[in-house]
Amino acid sequence: MFEFPELLQVPLAQWIDTAMSWVLTNWGAAFDAVGNAILLGLLNIERFLLWLPWTVVVVLVAITAWRVMRLWWAGPLMAGLMVLIGSFGYWDLAMMTLAIIVASVIISLALGIPTGIIMARSNAVESGLKPLLDGMQTMPSFVYLIPALMLFGLGKVPAVFATVIYAVPPIIRLTNVGIRQVPHSVVEAAQAFGSSSRQILFEVQLPLAIPSIMVGINQTTMMALAMVVIASMIGAKGLGMEVLLAINRIQIGRGFEAGLCIVLLAIIIDRITHALTARQEYTVTS
Amino acid sequence: METEAVSLNGEVCVEVSNLWKIFGQDAQQVLHSEKRFASKEDILEETGCVVAVRDISFEVHRGELFVIMGLSGSGKSTLIRCILRLIEPTAGKILINGSDVCSYGESLLMDLRRHTTSMVFQHFGLFPHRSVIDNVAYGLKVRGVAKEERYAKARELIAKVGLRGWEGYLPGALSGGMQQRVGIARALATDPDILLMDEPFSGLDPLIRRQMQDELLDIQAEVHKTILFVTHDLHEALKLGNRIAIMRDGEIIQTGTPEDVVTTPTDAYVREFVQDASPAKVLTCKTIMEQPNVLLYSWQGPKAALHILETSNLDNAFVVTRAGRLLGLVTVERLVELIRSKGNSLREALEPDLLTCTADEVMEELFPLAASTRYPIAVVDDKGKFMGEIHTSTILGSMIQEKVEETQTETELKVNV
Repeated sequence: MFEFPELLQVPLAQWIDTAMSWVLTNWGAAFDAVGNAILLGLLNIERFLLWLPWTVVVVLVAITAWRVMRLWWAGPLMAGLMVLIGSFGYWDLAMMTLAIIVASVIISLALGIPTGIIMARSNAVESGLKPLLDGMQTMPSFVYLIPALMLFGLGKVPAVFATVIYAVPPIIRLTNVGIRQVPHSVVEAAQAFGSSSRQILFEVQLPLAIPSIMVGINQTTMMALAMVVIASMIGAKGLGMEVLLAINRIQIGRGFEAGLCIVLLAIIIDRITHALTARQEYTVTS
Repeated sequence: METEAVSLNGEVCVEVSNLWKIFGQDAQQVLHSEKRFASKEDILEETGCVVAVRDISFEVHRGELFVIMGLSGSGKSTLIRCILRLIEPTAGKILINGSDVCSYGESLLMDLRRHTTSMVFQHFGLFPHRSVIDNVAYGLKVRGVAKEERYAKARELIAKVGLRGWEGYLPGALSGGMQQRVGIARALATDPDILLMDEPFSGLDPLIRRQMQDELLDIQAEVHKTILFVTHDLHEALKLGNRIAIMRDGEIIQTGTPEDVVTTPTDAYVREFVQDASPAKVLTCKTIMEQPNVLLYSWQGPKAALHILETSNLDNAFVVTRAGRLLGLVTVERLVELIRSKGNSLREALEPDLLTCTADEVMEELFPLAASTRYPIAVVDDKGKFMGEIHTSTILGSMIQEKVEETQTETELKVNV
């Protein structure tokens, strides 16, 4: 009476395990190949960031912040924050984290923008994808670690995979919204002058969707950063791993330092990508 | 008149026959049943379909400015979009330069839109992320014209619509009137055969609107395009159109020249429409002028002239040269004086202030002239050749009628209040 009847229990976990092992036995090679490609790219990015002298990175951040944010004090401030990360002794780990973020964002954009375009051009695709994206964003981020772990094992590659899954919905969504909100009158004018659908996309819809896409890039980047920290649980070396170690060993100071570095990195990335967003505004007369 | 020559003898450029556009899922079903003749409201209630264009047929001749006029919701914007298949017609035939547009596939349709037609939109439809020059050059870019060539053409048209110096600005920086000039320049840049204009001036304030209408007429006099012009403004239709088609509930209920529409409205709807359009604003001197009973020639002697006037019981007449050029007006008193002073040329007896007008001036413009003279007004062509005369009584008569109508409406208003 008070117990849930056994008859109604669904062995979903079992099914998924079966499906996973089927995928692994039949598609293992494919996942290995994808994993190797991701790893190769990631390692190159990481090597490059670690090879760059810290002074060069700081100066580059300063110049970018100043140019993009158009405030004279933004450059020195952002450079100062970068220096602070180094002075806590986390420069190398921060660069590793950054490398995973960069790789994940590149993959997310490469997948997300075309998906967003397809979604904008077909109502059927949109209504099919929307609940999926909602689900992806509501799902606790930890959950993505499991398939990542199973498909790619421990290390950086599953971290990138999980990060991409977690970070890709905003860019898909905002590319879709950006294209859909281009005024019909403008698209109609392009049609009336005999534009092909390709010309309409590249000459009119995408340029006008750029403000929205930039917001998507900002959000995707920030979500990637959040996920990278969690992905340290499956062995992605970086700032997140430091926090994890500090928790395990109850080293409050170390955890705080590493956590602060993540915040600083987040502020720098957010402010710069956010400023890129705000720059792209057009007045559209209706 | 020139407009008539265009509309009657010109080669057919756009021919629309039995065009239907029904919005809704059961469009085909409605089209093939007897229901299609029911009223718009009944069809909507019964089937959920909206009949926007109902069995429309018309022809537009080359070089003609054809106005489609109707209130909002009458289907005129849908109709003009169907012609370019921006909206897919449900049934019917559209021939542009003799070729059936409805049978076109994707690429032929794109070709048509690139080379044969252009469109100007009510809400401008400019590309907000492109500068004025890039907007104007867009049609050529789509066509694949090289950058230098299309910029040269764009500059030429920007100058033509009076926007020189604004090439580098984004449309958002321009006023509404200027934006629509960009829209017109963009449409003309591809040098299309046919120009479709969907309420291009409706969004502009009245002063700018009038100015743009004048400019459109100037440009049209220069380029002679075939223009389909959609508007809800009767005055605009009367001013611009060589012919006007009046639409109601998706049907064309009258097609004709502006004068036809005003003077012989086919049914109550059109009559109501044109009621507030005073004939004085539409009727041209050409329509109201009369051929004089007597015309004097410059080589006639004063005595002969006086005799002609007296025998035909007139006290004045116009004098023309052998080539028919108007010299002036002589009166009986002046002739008598001339004979007394032994003059022998009619030229010496002409009235000092001669009032003339041209054939396409509208009657309204004659009101001030008519009030200042008791002699008839001469109608001349641009070479000064005499064409006819207008009696001040004709003009004054219509003025009085106007006044009466005005007071009538005023009293009606008062009663209503």
